[in-house]
Amino acid sequence: MLMPSARARALGISMVYQHFSLFETLTAAENVWLGLDKALSLAEVTASIREVSTSYGLEVDPLRPVLSLSVGERQRVEIVRALLTQPQLLILDEPTSVLTPQAATKLFVTLRQLADSGCAILYISHKLDEIRALCHHCTVLRGGRVTGEVDPRTQSNAELSTLMIGAEPPQLQRVKRQAGEVALSLNRLSIGKTSPFGTTLVDLSLQLRAGEIVGVAGVSGNGQQELLTALSGEDRRAQPGSVKLFGQDIARRGAKTRRALGLHFVPEERLGRGAVPTLSLAQNTLLTRTENVAAFGWLRMGRVNQLAEDLIARYKVKASGPGAAARSLSGGNLQKFIVGREIDAKPRVLIIAQPTWGVDVGAAAQIRGELLSLRDAGCAVLVLSEELDELFEISDRLVVMAQGRLSPPIATADATRALIGEWMSGLWKEGHHAAA
Amino acid sequence: MLRLETRPQPSKWMALASPLLALLITVLLGIALFLLLDKDPLRGLQMFFWEPIRTGYGWAELGIKATPLILIALGLALCFRSNVWNIGAEGQFIVGALAGGWVAMQATPDTGRGIVLLILLAGVAGGMAWAGITALLRARFNANEILVSLMLVYVAELLLSYLVYGPWKDPNGYNFPQSISFLAVTKIPRLLEGTRVNIGVLIALGSVLAFWVLMFRTYAGFALQVGGLAPAAARYAGFSSGRALWTALLLSGGMAGLAGALEVAGPLGQLTPYVPAGYGFAAIIVAFVGRLHPVGIVFSGILMSMFYIGGELAQSRLGLPKAITGVFQGLLLFTLLACDTLIHFRLRWASSSRRVSA
Repeated sequence: MLMPSARARALGISMVYQHFSLFETLTAAENVWLGLDKALSLAEVTASIREVSTSYGLEVDPLRPVLSLSVGERQRVEIVRALLTQPQLLILDEPTSVLTPQAATKLFVTLRQLADSGCAILYISHKLDEIRALCHHCTVLRGGRVTGEVDPRTQSNAELSTLMIGAEPPQLQRVKRQAGEVALSLNRLSIGKTSPFGTTLVDLSLQLRAGEIVGVAGVSGNGQQELLTALSGEDRRAQPGSVKLFGQDIARRGAKTRRALGLHFVPEERLGRGAVPTLSLAQNTLLTRTENVAAFGWLRMGRVNQLAEDLIARYKVKASGPGAAARSLSGGNLQKFIVGREIDAKPRVLIIAQPTWGVDVGAAAQIRGELLSLRDAGCAVLVLSEELDELFEISDRLVVMAQGRLSPPIATADATRALIGEWMSGLWKEGHHAAA
Repeated sequence: MLRLETRPQPSKWMALASPLLALLITVLLGIALFLLLDKDPLRGLQMFFWEPIRTGYGWAELGIKATPLILIALGLALCFRSNVWNIGAEGQFIVGALAGGWVAMQATPDTGRGIVLLILLAGVAGGMAWAGITALLRARFNANEILVSLMLVYVAELLLSYLVYGPWKDPNGYNFPQSISFLAVTKIPRLLEGTRVNIGVLIALGSVLAFWVLMFRTYAGFALQVGGLAPAAARYAGFSSGRALWTALLLSGGMAGLAGALEVAGPLGQLTPYVPAGYGFAAIIVAFVGRLHPVGIVFSGILMSMFYIGGELAQSRLGLPKAITGVFQGLLLFTLLACDTLIHFRLRWASSSRRVSA
């Protein structure tokens, strides 16, 4: 049922979206005020924000401009805004994707409190642990159909994911392996921000070795985008010597040169960055694959099509063929195609951001499996992800990014979710190096 | 309230049919226009769509008009596909004509036929140089290329006026603002004796093939277009946006300059203040009606030439104002844009202006 959001509010329905709808230049109170009944004054709204935020333990300073708030704080503003309408039904769409584990736990406390006071909560998430911890009743959707209604408290993760993808996800095989030579090294990389809302990178140091997967955890917006563009060559402002690939200084080299040296990159934005939406899959192979370009830049279209066809078959991409426009694919299938395109290039270093973002569980398991076998083949893999589960599942070592800084690395076996969560708020001890 | 809604998958077939639909609507509007002006609509349409193609002579005239349109539109299509908005092809055309004209004026009775090649090369160089100013200002100071290229049209027109009223004026020309008539040796070789059509037509057709290959069969052409379609993807791939800017502007400038040189050493035979005939602007319409595709541009170039010739015929035989040509050209572009919009969006009658979230 579609209806204007004002009418939904009048009926007592409130929604917190996955992507925030806040004006960055306004204060938290002004943002909340905008969405409310016009009868209230700004001062009244400010007072009631304070009231609601104390009673539910959601710290929000109503007078701070939104642009100065962290992502977690912004989400609290959204939730407070929803609460102020005194909803009978509160809808949350993937609310924890931008929260540290600690902040998520806090959110759950609030939600339980709300539910106890009589509010119905519709909680949309693909994180099975959350559903099991929080919900009383669970409806599973797959491909637009209801595939099950269960009491999640009595189900296991495996049972739930069977309902979600129709089969149990394959268990990933992780063999312990000795990491090889240093493939990619960051040496005190610092870069100024490009936009007022960007993050400045400060003194990042990291060594990525052949045959290992290093996971970069962190709440998004803490410098991940800046780090990725500096690594991929889209941003070439790094000071000479701060980025090295197999000992060679590539800080000022362009994306093409880095790729030729074996560094491949899968960006988080699939449409518009990883692939051109209106071009065919075959043409999209040409973004990063140049083996089908002959002398004088002549394109061997037959081989370009063949490559796309091979990728579609090998990585089980659901597409009408090599001629299908990139935007006609579902997010998961396009991601399989893009990841396949880069893996098939036999990279020596692969950097991948949010590998399974918005991808269904089956495709996610497949992509993680591909990353693991790439590692076993001796490639150095750097994974940036907001999903801690994923990082714990595939990484050999973990680092955490917070406020434009990088924590010391820690072996995944030695790390706990609580520790990583603490680090995600920027609280690590610099002397921790010994543990890695 | 009416509102436009993006269609999830615009019909491919309709995208190709859109120019035909636009032409049909243009014709219908033309009929209404003739009726309002108290002219026989059938006679009017005949002037535009039948008379120009009735005779071999008519076809030759079409070829003369279509050649510069196609040449310029090819370059512009590449530009527009690369997201570089060169609106000043008219200026590049003029400077190409000036450069080609200057070479032609150097000819002496002993000069060989090879000078024709020099004239054409000079035209290309002139157009490139003029477009290069736009590229430089854009690359160096981030000046908007739409404004700069458009403004440079007027600078080029003034430059032409200065030269034909001043230093290049024919001393024996009874003080008319025109250069000397070029010697016969500089004339672009005719294709058919008895008509005015010259080898420019062959150059245009060769260019169509060359641009098709560049756009769809070369890595450079691919890189250019990615920059236009998805700038972030071009950065990701490592395609330089600066190179795309220069390539697109220099190529389109060169094509416009070539058209200028062909014109001045072909049908015109001398420099006058009337060298700019609006081809540079009309070619923008040709490029879009031709779907920014080299083969489509051939057809739209011929169509636009029919409007030119039909307008002249309507003027002499029906007593209609010459502006009717511009009206038809404008109508065609306008209806095409409307058709395209409706292919990509659909009209929805919304009961409330508030955005609805699913």
